[in-house]
Amino acid sequence: MFTKFFYTLKDNGIPVSIKEYLTLMEAMQAGCANFSVDDFYYLSRATFVKDEGNLDKFDRVFGKVFEGVEFIGDDVTEIPKEWLEKLAELYLSKEEMDEIKSLGSWDEIMETLKKRLDEQEKRHQGGNKMIGTAGRSPFGAYGYNPEGVRIGQEEGRHGRALKVWDKREFKNLDDSVELGTRNIKIALRKLRQFAREGEATELDLDGTIHATAHNGYLDIKMIPERHNSVKLLLFFDVGGSMDPHIKICEELFSAARTEFKHLEFFYFHNCLYDRVWKDNSRRHNDHMSTMDVLHTYPHDYKVIFVGDASMSPYEITYPGGSVEHWNEESGEVWMNRVRDIYSRAVWLNPIPDEHWQYSQSIQIMKTLVQDKMYPLTISGIDGAMRELRR
Amino acid sequence: MKFAGTENYVATDDLKIAVNAAATLRRPLLIKGEPGTGKTVLANEVAKAFGTELIEWHIKSTTKAQQGLYEYDAVSRLRDSQLGDEKVKDIRNYIKKGKLWDAFTHDGTPILLIDEIDKADIEFPNDLLLELDRMEFHVYETGETIKAVNRPIVIITSNNEKELPDAFLRRCFFHFIKFPEEQTMKDIIAVHYPDISQKLVKDALNIFFEIREVPGLKKKPSTSELLDWLKLLMAEELPEEVLRSKDPSSLIPPLHGALLKNEQDVHLFERLAFMNRRKSV
Repeated sequence: MFTKFFYTLKDNGIPVSIKEYLTLMEAMQAGCANFSVDDFYYLSRATFVKDEGNLDKFDRVFGKVFEGVEFIGDDVTEIPKEWLEKLAELYLSKEEMDEIKSLGSWDEIMETLKKRLDEQEKRHQGGNKMIGTAGRSPFGAYGYNPEGVRIGQEEGRHGRALKVWDKREFKNLDDSVELGTRNIKIALRKLRQFAREGEATELDLDGTIHATAHNGYLDIKMIPERHNSVKLLLFFDVGGSMDPHIKICEELFSAARTEFKHLEFFYFHNCLYDRVWKDNSRRHNDHMSTMDVLHTYPHDYKVIFVGDASMSPYEITYPGGSVEHWNEESGEVWMNRVRDIYSRAVWLNPIPDEHWQYSQSIQIMKTLVQDKMYPLTISGIDGAMRELRR
Repeated sequence: MKFAGTENYVATDDLKIAVNAAATLRRPLLIKGEPGTGKTVLANEVAKAFGTELIEWHIKSTTKAQQGLYEYDAVSRLRDSQLGDEKVKDIRNYIKKGKLWDAFTHDGTPILLIDEIDKADIEFPNDLLLELDRMEFHVYETGETIKAVNRPIVIITSNNEKELPDAFLRRCFFHFIKFPEEQTMKDIIAVHYPDISQKLVKDALNIFFEIREVPGLKKKPSTSELLDWLKLLMAEELPEEVLRSKDPSSLIPPLHGALLKNEQDVHLFERLAFMNRRKSV
């Protein structure tokens, strides 16, 4: 049963490993779970789930795998009266209620209802489980229905409260970010060029020994700390078709921010024209000239564009093509200027590369950056970093 | 050894199980949760409950994994050699023990708290994999191997600033401290301020949970902020009506500085209060 649980977790995308399974077995043997289902739930959760984003998934799997386990051995035929009363309004239509009323005695009504419940049970779950779980389970064949029959969410017939995993308290923490900040950082690490610069704060052991031996007295040498000396200029496309990619761009940005000491970023819309801006909320009155940017940052900066490059081709090739303002020179001219100054420039595109060939503007942009366009995935960033480092 | 909370700390069932599992199997326990939900305090309380010593290792962005094991002080050895000190002959004199060393060689079963592991460099957890797994490490300078006498109970907290590597996670038990429900919150308050007036708690909690519901807050107030706020409220001895008043003009709660820690949040709250006032006029 536990192996089935293990594989169901794996199938549902929770990263579990043999190591964790063995840990769970060990903990069970040590008596951590104390033979109670709730304890077992907590224990297996602590063992298998390592990210709060997966807690909800885990709850769902646990509910599915261990559904009804608690009730093994219970008398199947016994149905408490108050339950039936509650159920009556749920399972019987108005006409049926009227019909039942005409049946006469309360016992007969209950008998009918009991039968109906049994049928219900058989139809839905194969008939080998307690009736009590029929309404309780929120997991039908087609997924979770929060507004389903709510019997499971009141006190059960044995006074048990609602099962903890059925509460699904961690629902809003669930996310399936494939490209985590950590992954991006690791990819960005490829772009490291360590250099010693700035104030001398570290002891240079080799230098000290050498100088001491040479001078005959203790001569302590200090050197500056090593840090990443790569300078980076980031241009982000914002607005319009980029909106669905905001999250991934934010992650890229936050990862880059901590990884590079010399990092400057600017925003543009669709294509680079004569103006860029730093604060997106004041983009219309607080922009700066692209020419100034190109003059400010020397040619040893490396340039990364992030954008989907999806627009009308005229926005790149013709003056006045910008959707926001009248641009005297076309985007093409500006892209060429950037390329002439900075020998290392790449374009990261959040659109999957297999779709690129169908978009004319992506093709144009790709030619403009000399084919150095990469998808915004781990391997894409990897490739881009390799290109920048060359 | 069973952990069941202490008189100063309200532990939920799932937390108890996680702590006990980690203590029984002596595997590290990784604790995550919103800031201010009592991650660091937990280690303190576990140490108190088990009656053992707490060894704290607070991680900073410059902390290296090696510092937790030991550090070799080459500079003072060099200086001593200049002065002809006898100490210089034994390299052991220049090896400074780190927190992990302390924990491994401790007589009892200490609790080792590795606080805010996500502050360190991204490779930091990977560098500690073997040490935490086998609870032993090698000292190259002296050639000895330090092995844990009694495996310490390791509690690690993280604020989610960086993701931790899978290999590291696989070796830990994990617990996410979720934000306490109203009842748990009442218990927590009762534990901290036993003689607080029930009315004050009720009104304060209402306001507190209302603030937490405000969409777009940068930093939602959490347990520790609530406790600070209550302390202030009690110290100020404000008339009870102040919290009760449904007067929209005073929608910003008194002494809100304890709850909202960010000027944008205060602005946001003021703006909402202002809009509410306009609605009610």
